[in-house]
Amino acid sequence: MVRGGKMFRVDQPSMRGFSACLALIRRDLTLTFRSPGQAINPMAFFLMVATLFPLGIAPDREVLSELAAGIIWIGALLAVLLSLDSLFKSDQDDGALDQLLMSPHPLPLLVLAKVFSHWLTSGFCLTLMAPLLAIMLHLPSEAFSPLMMTLLLGTPVLSLAGAIGAALTVKVQRGGVLLTLLSLPLYIPVLIFATGAVSAAMQNMPYTGHILWLSVFLILGICLAPLAIAGALRVINE
Amino acid sequence: MNWTFFHKLGSPKWFYDISGKWLPWLQVSSLVLILVALVWGLAFTPPDYLQGNSYRIIFIHVPASFLAQSIYMMMATAAAVTLIWRIKLADMALKVMAPVGASFCILSLVTGAIWGQPTWGTWWVWDARLTSMLILLFLYIGIIALRGAIHTTEAAAKACAILSLVGVVNIPIIKFSVDWWNTLHQGATLKLTEKPSMAPEMLWPLLLAILGFYLFFTMVTVLRLRIEIISRERKTRWVKELVS
Repeated sequence: MVRGGKMFRVDQPSMRGFSACLALIRRDLTLTFRSPGQAINPMAFFLMVATLFPLGIAPDREVLSELAAGIIWIGALLAVLLSLDSLFKSDQDDGALDQLLMSPHPLPLLVLAKVFSHWLTSGFCLTLMAPLLAIMLHLPSEAFSPLMMTLLLGTPVLSLAGAIGAALTVKVQRGGVLLTLLSLPLYIPVLIFATGAVSAAMQNMPYTGHILWLSVFLILGICLAPLAIAGALRVINE
Repeated sequence: MNWTFFHKLGSPKWFYDISGKWLPWLQVSSLVLILVALVWGLAFTPPDYLQGNSYRIIFIHVPASFLAQSIYMMMATAAAVTLIWRIKLADMALKVMAPVGASFCILSLVTGAIWGQPTWGTWWVWDARLTSMLILLFLYIGIIALRGAIHTTEAAAKACAILSLVGVVNIPIIKFSVDWWNTLHQGATLKLTEKPSMAPEMLWPLLLAILGFYLFFTMVTVLRLRIEIISRERKTRWVKELVS
């Protein structure tokens, strides 16, 4: 087992690609737990966005249950976007990104590990929080399981697609707005299919098609996005 | 096979010289074609049995929509060429095409809204085709913004190329949106594989308009590309000789 200072090094030739990935995930999770704000801020943001809608539109039970899925999904989308800005930027600042680029292991595999740990601390936490918001927003009970399924399948896609934008803007000063501009077009299909599944479930219609499409996006994302992220990181750091 | 033409095509100087000869032809032919198509379409074709005269905007709307999508595909192709063969001219083309594509995208959305008002009774609906076209506009804006945000030309070129390639996932969504979702927007009228479902007296001016718009796009792109070549190659001897 690797411990202490060694744990943070992924550039040792003796390490195999997979164990390097595991080390990277452990490192990122450790860093997140040491400054928990990174993981808690998006969740607080998610909660606050969901609170604003009833205050801004109407606290009616019927209106809210109609809007609930959309509110939860848009909140999750914005929260993921908010947390993406620091995905590569903090590594860029402390030089860990250069280590990553110089490591002998395939870069797409390493960035996939990074995106995975990002998802664990953002999308996955948001998914766990979603039932709470669903109850607060009076989402009908038959829509709960499709909502959870779409969040489980959809939030990794948000992390993967957004990481491409994060990699492209890693050297840009105040790149947050640009990151939003680059990532949102890729998010819209996910949003459409996810909320489509929930509203289909609310009308007692089959939603398997929507779920399958989200799975397609996820598989495509896992296969292709790491290549784009790795390419973007190499290009930007040349 | 002899690939010299390909290498020549990638040389900015060669392209600058040859495109100077194309320009007058492109200018004349695109203007004549668009003029003929629009006069024919707007004044001489019979009104539609269902939509009356309002359908005539099709002669601008359809070519603009075609171009908005195919310019994106051309940009993606240029992006692949930039990344694989590192041809400078491909990146210049990618750069100059983006604002042109965005303009045609806006033109398509605006003419669509104007057409939608009398036929659907609304300027905008959240229909699959309209929404995906709007996403295409966001993609164009994103590529233009990314180019503006990165200061080194080399890095900006490759970053934009990667983003253009990633955005290609949206193109099939636009293309098939009218087939996959049952929405307000009518299905495709023109298909390469089938007989067009339009009356020939409306079809011919439309085809002419599409051809004219493509030529117009080529002309604009060539003009912008020439400016880009001059500004990027300003340190080379041939540009200095050309300018002095």
